[in-house]
Amino acid sequence: MILVLIDHDRGELDQLSLQALTAARKLGQEVEAIVVGKDGASLATIVGQYGAKILHVAAHADLTDYTPMASGRALKDLVEKLKPAAVLAAGSPRGNEQLAHLAAFLDLPMAAECFEISLSSSADSPHKVSRSRWAGNLIEDAHVYSQLLIATIVAFSTEPESAAGPAASIVEFAPSLTPSDTQVRVMSRDAGDTGGGVTLADAKVIIAGGRGVGGSAGFAKIEELANLLGGAVGCSRVVTSSGWRPHKEQVGQTGTKVAPDLYLAAGISGAMQHIAGMKNSKTIIVVNTDPEAPIFKYADYAIIGDLHQILPALTAAIREATREAKA
Amino acid sequence: MDVLVCLKRVPLAGGTLILTPDSKDIETKHLGFGISPHEENAVEAGVQLVEQMGGTLTLLTLGPPDAEEQLRTQLAIGATRAILLETDGQEWDPQGTAAALVDAINAEETKFDLIIFGAESADSAGYQIHVRVAHALNRPIITNVKAMKIENGTLSCDRVVSAGREHYEAPLPAIITVRDGLNIPRYPSVPGRMQARKKPIDMKKMQAHVPKLEKLYLTVAPSKSTGAEILGKGVEAVPALVEILKKIGTI
Repeated sequence: MILVLIDHDRGELDQLSLQALTAARKLGQEVEAIVVGKDGASLATIVGQYGAKILHVAAHADLTDYTPMASGRALKDLVEKLKPAAVLAAGSPRGNEQLAHLAAFLDLPMAAECFEISLSSSADSPHKVSRSRWAGNLIEDAHVYSQLLIATIVAFSTEPESAAGPAASIVEFAPSLTPSDTQVRVMSRDAGDTGGGVTLADAKVIIAGGRGVGGSAGFAKIEELANLLGGAVGCSRVVTSSGWRPHKEQVGQTGTKVAPDLYLAAGISGAMQHIAGMKNSKTIIVVNTDPEAPIFKYADYAIIGDLHQILPALTAAIREATREAKA
Repeated sequence: MDVLVCLKRVPLAGGTLILTPDSKDIETKHLGFGISPHEENAVEAGVQLVEQMGGTLTLLTLGPPDAEEQLRTQLAIGATRAILLETDGQEWDPQGTAAALVDAINAEETKFDLIIFGAESADSAGYQIHVRVAHALNRPIITNVKAMKIENGTLSCDRVVSAGREHYEAPLPAIITVRDGLNIPRYPSVPGRMQARKKPIDMKKMQAHVPKLEKLYLTVAPSKSTGAEILGKGVEAVPALVEILKKIGTI
């Protein structure tokens, strides 16, 4: 059996967990899922649809929000009871963190950011994994010497596929939490200035700007186009370290990893760490004055030129085109 | 306030990575070395805490003898001393690395109030060493910190998520991992560099370690396509782009 940790934010599913469920099904064994916190029980329908027969719900009065060490404890309790062949989770900051706690509790190896897994066929042979390194620029093939494989699935490496399964049956259990397990948890939140707009992680369209935008004022052109397309504004690391835009808009290895339908990169040269955060986007369009910029290698379409002229012209042309379509 | 910052020497790779003939490592003959981006923020955070509250800042790394270069650079920024756990240059797996760090920390007379890691290494991105160290030392750990303060022995930290900020608290002694954006790392000054030459680095030779996560070989990930279709130059290319946006359903 493969056990998949389904991450959620107070009952709201983390979409990357569906990729982990899909990857788990490909291993050819029964799949069961676990959520930590009672709020997660509402996910039984979608978890079942993506192929898990049972949804184990770790329920405890203290588990009302993200509590990473407690997740590790709940996973450990369940692993010791059910003896799965592998425990998988999404290769997100949370997925990696919660499985790291499991690995630390059990003192077993963990392979983070895998995109291929081949389970060992006998007790004395290792599992084989291919995992992403160097911000996705290198692939490492590795052996994992452990009966239980603990691994996370690199974001956007697996397209979530529905198994059209019935809702998972819910099995509630009380994890054996100690006071230190629940010491570090979300105490409070600040919604920040999302302004009601789409967040990077949810956006279908992202218009991103880099050094070539030239300053915070130049981002008005990016914002206008993003608003017109119902998308979000993204940016590269140099933009946030220069203070032109807030950190929550940073796309890349050190920011948010995204895979929207359309990623338009304007004035971004394409440092390795930025590419790592956006290369799985469905369509990538580049606007850049320098045709030698590395980002061209990852793009589907490109315009060579100054974003300060091209973006306003594009915004105007899209307005015109949508007006025609409506008429 | 005694702070420990854990670092990793990594090659400073540009746009293209080239592998060694045995495909086990990156060819570093023509590359410089540094530390991972978040670790510069970790050192800066440590320097600031010691400036504000007094105490010491110790650096700890596991790596080849050449990692002294990275330790000297960070000592120049304001750290007090450093510990180098010397390997033969082979990469250690996360479990082995964490165990070596824990042994080194336990061997110290100083009981560090705060241990800081970068959120992830540039090269291996295993996302676990800090958690293993926290478990072994029985300390609370808060990860991906982008803002922090310490008041009355309590550590308050913010973690940035797509929908805003999450707030965490923990009593000291504690462990945190920090992200780029926490602060703006300073550059070493000339007097800082002079002083760093004389600052103590404890070297300790490590025995070879048998990994449980064993690297077999590396390959360079293929890029998405053979390259972009160039729609044209300047604003004349905009109509072609509008057609593409219609085709993919954006408009």
